[in-house]
Amino acid sequence: MTSTSPTPAAAGHGVAVVFEEMHRWYGPVHALDGLSIDIAPGELIALLGPSGCGKTTALRALGGLDVVDQGRILVDGKDMTTVPANKRNMGIVFQAYSLFPNMTARDNVAYGLRLRGVDADARKKKADDMLDLVGLGKQTTRYPHQMSGGQQQRVALARALAIEPKVLLLDEPLSALDAKVRRQLREEIRRIQIMVGITTLFVTHDQEEALAMGDRVGVMSQGRLEQIAAPAELYDKPKTRFVAEFVGLTNRIDGTVEAGRINLLGTSLPLLPGSATSGHATALVRPESIRLAAQTGSGARVAAISFLGSMCRVQAAMPSGEILIAQMAASDFVSLQPGTEVSVSFLPAPVFAIAD
Amino acid sequence: MLVAVLAYLILPLIAMLEFSTRGDVDPVTKAATRSLQSYAAIFSYPNLVDGIIASLEIAALTVVGMLAILVPTMVWTVVRVPRMRRVVEFLCLLPLAIPAIVIVVGIAPIYRFIGQHLGPLGASPLTLTFIDIILVLPYSYRAIDSSLRGIDTATLADAARSLGASWPRTIFEVIVPNIRGGVLSAAVLGIALVLGEFTISSLLSFNTVQVVIYLLGKRDPFVSVAVSLLALVFAFVLLFVISRFAPGADNRAQRAAEEPA
Amino acid sequence: MTQLVTRSASPSATAAGPASSGAGASRFRGAGNYLALIPFHVYVGLFLVLPTLIVTIGSFQDQAGSLTLDNFKAMFTNEQFIGSFMKSLQLALITAILGAIVGGLLAWAVVRGNPNGILRQLVIAACGVLAQFGGVMLAFAFFATFGFNGLITMFLKNNLGMAADGSWLYSLAGLAVVYTYFQIPLMLIVFLPSLDGLRQEWYDASASLGGGAWSFWRNVGGPILAPSFLGALLLLFTNAFSAYATAQAVISQGCALITQQIACQMQSEVILGQENVGKALALGMIVIVSAVMAVYAYIQRRASRWVK
Repeated sequence: MTSTSPTPAAAGHGVAVVFEEMHRWYGPVHALDGLSIDIAPGELIALLGPSGCGKTTALRALGGLDVVDQGRILVDGKDMTTVPANKRNMGIVFQAYSLFPNMTARDNVAYGLRLRGVDADARKKKADDMLDLVGLGKQTTRYPHQMSGGQQQRVALARALAIEPKVLLLDEPLSALDAKVRRQLREEIRRIQIMVGITTLFVTHDQEEALAMGDRVGVMSQGRLEQIAAPAELYDKPKTRFVAEFVGLTNRIDGTVEAGRINLLGTSLPLLPGSATSGHATALVRPESIRLAAQTGSGARVAAISFLGSMCRVQAAMPSGEILIAQMAASDFVSLQPGTEVSVSFLPAPVFAIAD
Repeated sequence: MLVAVLAYLILPLIAMLEFSTRGDVDPVTKAATRSLQSYAAIFSYPNLVDGIIASLEIAALTVVGMLAILVPTMVWTVVRVPRMRRVVEFLCLLPLAIPAIVIVVGIAPIYRFIGQHLGPLGASPLTLTFIDIILVLPYSYRAIDSSLRGIDTATLADAARSLGASWPRTIFEVIVPNIRGGVLSAAVLGIALVLGEFTISSLLSFNTVQVVIYLLGKRDPFVSVAVSLLALVFAFVLLFVISRFAPGADNRAQRAAEEPA
Repeated sequence: MTQLVTRSASPSATAAGPASSGAGASRFRGAGNYLALIPFHVYVGLFLVLPTLIVTIGSFQDQAGSLTLDNFKAMFTNEQFIGSFMKSLQLALITAILGAIVGGLLAWAVVRGNPNGILRQLVIAACGVLAQFGGVMLAFAFFATFGFNGLITMFLKNNLGMAADGSWLYSLAGLAVVYTYFQIPLMLIVFLPSLDGLRQEWYDASASLGGGAWSFWRNVGGPILAPSFLGALLLLFTNAFSAYATAQAVISQGCALITQQIACQMQSEVILGQENVGKALALGMIVIVSAVMAVYAYIQRRASRWVK
């Protein structure tokens, strides 16, 4: 699967997509609560959130598989809100098992072309090209049940792209796959997406996936968009408590807020906008912002160390019994062992604090 | 269209209710009356009561016998001799390819032999149990099989064995509780099938409930219809109750719960 | 590389010693595993395989037990026997087709409802009863509806003044109506799992690729369901073909259907002195039903090939 880099099917014709104040109710459940997003041409937006947050509803609304009760969907400036799914020209890759089981890989990919009246030779060629693009040039006559989950999702991607859709919609396409295949395929999808230049909406509950793939990542909760930003910004500068807690691993440490800063275990750290403004508060601190150094008499002890390749993750038990998780380059932890007494300090990065 | 189909399916059942609750025509007004006399009359036919008792006894014996033969065999094939799974499946489903009437033809000589050599025991309708176990095999097999497929039987058995359980304990204390949905379905299907069985008991001249209903139908159809309706309702209640415990029911619920609202 | 090979080779070499000494024991234990299946096989052998063998062998024997083909000659020349076979085949085919179509539509309606709804469970339980445990009781249900004193007959007579007497019920046409009554629910039971297996994703994928309902059913849904539908049709066919109880209850006089014909032969065999013709007819039934079931099994395998 290493890049044979075939020629892109259609380069750089991405269109803009706009969600405008979308609302959707399922009975009493408010699945979309005024969702608005502007997606730039060619951009990949990852929608991230826990199950039931409305991300899939948003994707299905864009694909025409679900309706919105209020609001509009604009694609390339045109209002698509009420256009039926089969007239929208959107390529959708579903979670799993969406390939037609009675058709070979080639017939699956050619299906959309057949519906468009493309003649047999042309659609065979196009289907084979698309399968080539996803690295399955030699498996064109296999049936879905003869392929692995990863291969099936590649075919699904080829099928979605074969119709040269305006927008590519990915509905948790990797969630049913093994961790290794998953990582490999997500890089592959991203590479193809950039090469084709297609505007893409990617829905996932896996934050690592969202941060790795998105040009921007939108975090959703209860039908609302909490924050949409580039991955690094989202990670470093969460705007809301939900984002701070949901994205990345966080330690919760008690401190006191004063004049825009928080005092944690004797260290004063700057606060992110939206944090608590005074009094006792809980700071949400990333493991990589915590430094541990061997020091006798400090009261905290190393409880466990896990080796993550180039990184190490250390659990330290505080005198209060709480556990802090710190992460650093493996070389910085050589002196530590379970039981070692350590001192705790923080990098001076701003943190998010919640009022108690 | 759908309404017409449902009407076609429900109408005969309503008719049974209407038919079996007809009372005597009022001598004064000439109007039809409603009464439960047909139901009360059930007890005035000792043959019928005997038939019902016989069928219930056969049903109980059939279920016990079927479970005793099938459960250990099926668990054993899954855990120890998976190669034999296809053979056991084939044998269990074979009765679907051999009509009951054919089994009667072939088994009549055997029953004649039993009747001649085992004396009074051979004349008891309870001997029908032997054939009824065969008749319920396909249905019981499917019910238990779907339960066994729902759990990782081999791993469960390995786990139990590694913790020191003997084979009987492994099967009855570890595996059976995990396939109880399927076992229950198998039992209920068995009961219902035996209560509805006519072909074999009729041709071997045993008076089970169906045979008595059939014979009585010529003399007092009202009572026959009443008993039939009761039997159908009884089978329906049984099936409905197990459909709430049936294997797969919880999976379906879970799958539905995982899907976006 | 070399080191790797030698290292991985050595444990298996040391393991070879104990393994070879234990081979006899494990072979013995393997046999023991099969021994545990003996009760099942003996039982099925005695009460299923033996009767089938008695039928098969008996059909090639005359009264004295010597080999003959006379029973089959009788089967193929006697118009009564041929007629019974034809009536049974016709009845089975017609009621299977009717049941498959109507039951299939009913199943479709059920599958579109709430999968955990109480209505669905009620319908399934009711269909289970009507499809598999009816027999004589269903005949009585129809007597109560369309028989001489049935609800509908009385209604037509008393309220509409029609000359309805319900005698049609006791004919082959009446039998077809009663048979269809258990074929429809059987179809629902058999076909429902296949319909449940149709995934929403397939419909959505087809729609997103530009397909409407017709494209989906023609290219995806239809081909996927076709084997199951055909398989269910065959199952319905054998079900009706093998049925005896309902037929006997509805048409108690005579030997119209093949199952009734076999029963007649069985009951009168001593008088007629052609003891084994019934066995030949029974073997004929086995051949027909087995052939249909073989096709059914083949179709089922194909159907399950696609879906999981």
